[in-house]
Amino acid sequence: MPAGPTQLSGRRVAAALAAALPSAVVAEHDEWVEVRPERIVDALRWLHDAPDFDAAQLSNCCGVDRHDRFEVVYHLQSLDLNQQIVVKTTVADHERPSLPSAYAVYKGALLQEREIYDLMGIQFAGHPDLRRLFLWEGFPGYPLRKDFLGLGDTTPGLARFPFENKAQPDRIINPGLRPATPDPASQEAPPGWRGDARA
Amino acid sequence: MARGRARMTTSSEPYVLNIGPQHPSTHGVFRLRVAMDGETIVDMDMIVGYLHRSMEKLAEERTYTQNIPFTDRADYLAAMSGNLGLCLAVERLAGVEVPERADYLRVIFAELQRIASHAMANGTLVSDAGAWQTPLLYMFREREKILDLFEMTCGARLTTNYMRIGGVAFEPPPEFWPALRELVDELPDRIDEYAELLTDNEIFLARTRGVGVISAEDAINGSLTGPALRGSGVPWDLRKAEPYAVYDRLDFEIPVGRRGDVYDRFMVRLEETKQSTRLIRQAMAEIPEGPHKTQIPLALRPEPGEVYGRVESPRGELGYYLVSDGSPAPYRFHIRAPSLINLSLLRALAIGSPLPDAVVTLGSIDIVVGEIDR
Repeated sequence: MPAGPTQLSGRRVAAALAAALPSAVVAEHDEWVEVRPERIVDALRWLHDAPDFDAAQLSNCCGVDRHDRFEVVYHLQSLDLNQQIVVKTTVADHERPSLPSAYAVYKGALLQEREIYDLMGIQFAGHPDLRRLFLWEGFPGYPLRKDFLGLGDTTPGLARFPFENKAQPDRIINPGLRPATPDPASQEAPPGWRGDARA
Repeated sequence: MARGRARMTTSSEPYVLNIGPQHPSTHGVFRLRVAMDGETIVDMDMIVGYLHRSMEKLAEERTYTQNIPFTDRADYLAAMSGNLGLCLAVERLAGVEVPERADYLRVIFAELQRIASHAMANGTLVSDAGAWQTPLLYMFREREKILDLFEMTCGARLTTNYMRIGGVAFEPPPEFWPALRELVDELPDRIDEYAELLTDNEIFLARTRGVGVISAEDAINGSLTGPALRGSGVPWDLRKAEPYAVYDRLDFEIPVGRRGDVYDRFMVRLEETKQSTRLIRQAMAEIPEGPHKTQIPLALRPEPGEVYGRVESPRGELGYYLVSDGSPAPYRFHIRAPSLINLSLLRALAIGSPLPDAVVTLGSIDIVVGEIDR
């Protein structure tokens, strides 16, 4: 697996975390450690303070939609020790996902968590300013979710993409994402959509 | 105060000022709502998204190679760095080897791009600080020559789309090398010229010294990277910390500031252009002959897995978090945009400062709205 040259082994981080915070670690992997969602802030704070890890900076934070659950990935780094740590957590509730905010430990989470909320719809409890970032309040749905397909006529990509050619079915990319038959209801503008309003 | 004399008071109440989205000091379609009390900022809100093109969503339906043009249009002032970051990430994900010559060409183009981008950043910053247009146009003179070199090589000036997974798209034409040599020879003189114009300029010092001060701890905790972090005295540069391409074979220094103010960030950028010139000179001397690209399948299918690849773009740590499910298109394509994340501290910096200071602070952070919004 292509771990970065300065990335710490997830197993080493998991061992240290499990010793310090029992029951926080859910799973470990060569590259990352997965932490129980309600303990994520404790784990981040511990990694931030522990001299061996010194995760002083939240370098990147982003979400991944896994269809039935959400994954949130934190890339932490120590500037003094020049090492990188990858921490993941899983939000099981796909309908109303919520997670404690890392803002209490890292001020750099401010805009990154707002971006995740805006595009993926994960609520961050304790975030001081959780509003939509790129889209406007009232935008229907969260575009980076895998089930986000249509806004009436403005259906993004899939159906219009030249690769989606029925004559060449083997060129279809990510076939699992496309509904088998288009649902007529999804072609109508959802309630609250004001895309054509001239207000 | 003597008794019996009427005491005269003036009252002021906060008002809201709207800056942008179309305003020269916001450097793009970026909007600020500022609550002001007199000349002092009481509160600030930034409104972004005017340039949101949903690149991350669109990328999930395109092959890895087809996604390279998106990286041009994210940070449109540093397209080469954006291309390079994505290509390095995909190469690590798919295990693609890059020929040595391509690595050197990548360094040359990424450093040329850094000079062009820093010229733009510093030019617009001094323009914000009151040196209206003259230094900006001086710096555009060199940027123009760099863009000519890009045009010569790949036909485009801004949206270069030059790097490919496994190398670079084209070998530079024969006339490229003498033109590059000429540019590299004159650049140090030009940079000294800017330094002479600006570094001791009293007005510029008054506008930038002690303004927008970020401490090293705040900068690290606020996820700042690039010149915004180095201006605060943290010698952190991914070209040294996690060398990619051939940076580990080249000799250069990381300039850092001491106070963390606007002036230091300006000076870090100015100094970095000198270091970039050094890097280009060395790369030109050492570049080996050979192929500029390896052949990869048209629809590259990396093994299922994930990668976080990053480069030092002119604005900071430009990261690509890619998740592959084994298909030719990425399952998740996330761009860690330094322009956006460097703004994490903007509100805290702006509150309590006069409006003109906030404008130069924003200018010194050096945002590109295409990258903020993606």
